[in-house]
Amino acid sequence: MRQDIFPLQQGGRKRRSQWLAFGVFGLMSYSIVFILFAILGFIIYKGIGVVSWEFLTTAPADGMTGGGVWPAIVGTFYLMAGSALFAFPVGVMSGIYMNEYAPKGWLVRFIRMMTNNLGGIPSVVFGLFGMALFVKYLGFGDSILSGSLTLGLLCVPLVIRTTEESLKAIPDSFREGSRALGATKLQTIWHVVLPMGMPNVITGLILALGRVSGETAPILFTCAAYFLPRLPRSVLDQCMALPYHLYVVSTSGTDMDSQLPLAYGTALVLILIVLVVNLSAHALRRYFSNKVKTN
Amino acid sequence: MDKIDAKHVNFFYGDFQALKDISMTIEEKSVVAFIGPSGCGKSTFLRLFNRMNDLIPGTRLEGEILIDGRDVYDKSVQVDELRKQVGMVFQRPNPFPKSIFENVAYGLRVNGVKDGEFIRHRVEEALKAAALWDEVKHKLKESAFALSGGQQQRLCIARAMAVSPSVLLMDEPASALDPISTAKVEELIHELKTEYTIVIVTHNMQQAARVSDKTAFFYMGSMVEYDDTKKIFTNPGKEATQNYITGRFG
Repeated sequence: MRQDIFPLQQGGRKRRSQWLAFGVFGLMSYSIVFILFAILGFIIYKGIGVVSWEFLTTAPADGMTGGGVWPAIVGTFYLMAGSALFAFPVGVMSGIYMNEYAPKGWLVRFIRMMTNNLGGIPSVVFGLFGMALFVKYLGFGDSILSGSLTLGLLCVPLVIRTTEESLKAIPDSFREGSRALGATKLQTIWHVVLPMGMPNVITGLILALGRVSGETAPILFTCAAYFLPRLPRSVLDQCMALPYHLYVVSTSGTDMDSQLPLAYGTALVLILIVLVVNLSAHALRRYFSNKVKTN
Repeated sequence: MDKIDAKHVNFFYGDFQALKDISMTIEEKSVVAFIGPSGCGKSTFLRLFNRMNDLIPGTRLEGEILIDGRDVYDKSVQVDELRKQVGMVFQRPNPFPKSIFENVAYGLRVNGVKDGEFIRHRVEEALKAAALWDEVKHKLKESAFALSGGQQQRLCIARAMAVSPSVLLMDEPASALDPISTAKVEELIHELKTEYTIVIVTHNMQQAARVSDKTAFFYMGSMVEYDDTKKIFTNPGKEATQNYITGRFG
């Protein structure tokens, strides 16, 4: 009889092991959220008392033991904009070439593998390379230009990959429909493929910029200033930047007790900027996907 | 008069021979249906007429395909020009992520037409010809994605007609549509054949019988039989055709 083949208690045991397994899986995923909130909470708790309008809008003072982070905020934005100006065209054009033009085969696979390897190089090595190439060889000196190019190199692989993937997700039927009307490959890419892929491309770029805004090692070699009394005036000026400033105020100085709160304040500002950047990526994606349908 | 004349066409995907020695002529302003089981080569053959197979790497063609007496694979032929003359409607509606108006205007714009008044005029004509004008005339600026599947397919037909082709290729144009939309598309084919030469690939035998003047039956890369639709469906010359249309295989 069936009952003999399937012992009754089996059902209970199966349910229990299910419950246990998914309980553990669930715990793991919740713990990640917990850790995120712990980090955020800690930084907010330590930094909130320091962050004020004055902190955001004034330069450091009294040998880094007082004042604010305004030049570092400005510098970080310059570096983000500069690296975007470099990484966006290079990355998007490469991505288009690899997905739309290049014949499928070993060459594309090779380029893709090299791109991924480029993305895997430690950022400190980018810093050293950026120093050798941009600062010394090309003679840009320690400057926003050198820093932007180095950071741009760092995030180009990410932009290439997101471009490739967002274009790959567009069904071929749209390309065929366009070609069947006598459009050239370039017209098809420009009028049909890119508008459809743009929301994801832009999102990828902004997420890459979020990462760039927090990178310390590359700008350490190429751009960042310990302290600048004034804002940079050209791309060949040095600038301050939040991640490096954070490192500076928490490791070197004359009065650790008064500097440490400033470090937490700086960290809070940096985290907020990254948060705003990421949220605006999502907002832009939404804006684009609405716009694309109606224009 | 013969609009399309295919002569001893062999076609290969790499080493695989997809079409075997196919010759046929298609009369101007008539509707020809291609039927046959999946993988028999009917879509591949259709896509030779506007050189869509050029987009697939590793393909090879032998033989000739003449449209209006001119070999479309001749070196002097501009593919873009050919595709303006030979329009295509696909299996699934594939409107672009643009407004209804811009979808229909697309073919004109990519072919260099700048005259806004002319474009407006052609768009209206094409939408009227595709029996879609009355449904969309008040919302031309809205996204084409907001239309129903059947409307989208008629939009794609309008889009193909806007560049004034003389041949319209339809690759299972109704297979993704509901019965009512299908009926509308079939009705449209009836009206369009006064102006266009239409070649339609279909899996739906009743559809082939309803819309076409002549029918070609394809099997395993060969054209088994090509004759008047009435004859194919009432008194086919080959047993394989008989078996297929009576549903014994395929």
